[in-house]
Amino acid sequence: MESILFYCFAALTVGLALVVIVQPNPVGAAVALVGAFFGVAGIFVLLQAHFVAIMQLLLYAGAIMVFFVFVVMLLNLEPRSIRFRTLTGSRLVRSTAAIYLAAILLLSMLGALRMNKMPAVAATDGTLEAVGRLLLTDYVVPFEILSVLLLVAIVGAVAMGKREL
Amino acid sequence: MIGLPHYLMLSVVLFCIGAFGVLIRRNLLIILMSVELMLSAGNIALVAFSSFHGTLDGQVIVLFSFVVAACEVAVGLGIIIAAFRIRASVEVTEWHRLKG
Repeated sequence: MESILFYCFAALTVGLALVVIVQPNPVGAAVALVGAFFGVAGIFVLLQAHFVAIMQLLLYAGAIMVFFVFVVMLLNLEPRSIRFRTLTGSRLVRSTAAIYLAAILLLSMLGALRMNKMPAVAATDGTLEAVGRLLLTDYVVPFEILSVLLLVAIVGAVAMGKREL
Repeated sequence: MIGLPHYLMLSVVLFCIGAFGVLIRRNLLIILMSVELMLSAGNIALVAFSSFHGTLDGQVIVLFSFVVAACEVAVGLGIIIAAFRIRASVEVTEWHRLKG
């Protein structure tokens, strides 16, 4: 049961991620990205990280994607398909770098797969209570610094949005 | 049986899709979306390690990473709007003079 769900969510995530990078229309890419984030939230639920899954839906699929769609609407772009030239020529070198990276990572992962001595899943429920307790005890200083980071981001976004820079 | 390598494999595949998207696309918005995909791949790896290790620290770090992603998108989209105001386009080729 768990493996069926894992493969469903993984296929959803990877398929929609592929749609994001080949979709000519930015609105379509944004909608596909929302779907991919839903898939990632499902993966988090399978890993028993319930609070993180809820935050993934609220923050990513909610807030960040509304932001993206809002900007797409504001800029009023016309769809532009990928030209074949993008995939060849001088860009080929950089694409080859990505493929090389992918090959290296996949090979190392295959090496890891061959290790059949895997640790068993420990029963750690990432509930709101457990994660929140950790967040406000061990990680309270980074948690407070994050609020400063958010303030800096707000000031930066307002400064970038001014009429003349 | 789904183990840690499966989750890590998913994370690697997602990261590579994101990296490829950054390299082949010219639309600044879609490049930013690909960066978000790479960030999600990192989050999956963190949660998987945390869950299989039996501690919750990785999940706390993922919550921090969500906040950093939100800041990154806010400032990044601000930069994209400013760039659009100057050149009336969101193609990276418009900004090739920044290449140094």
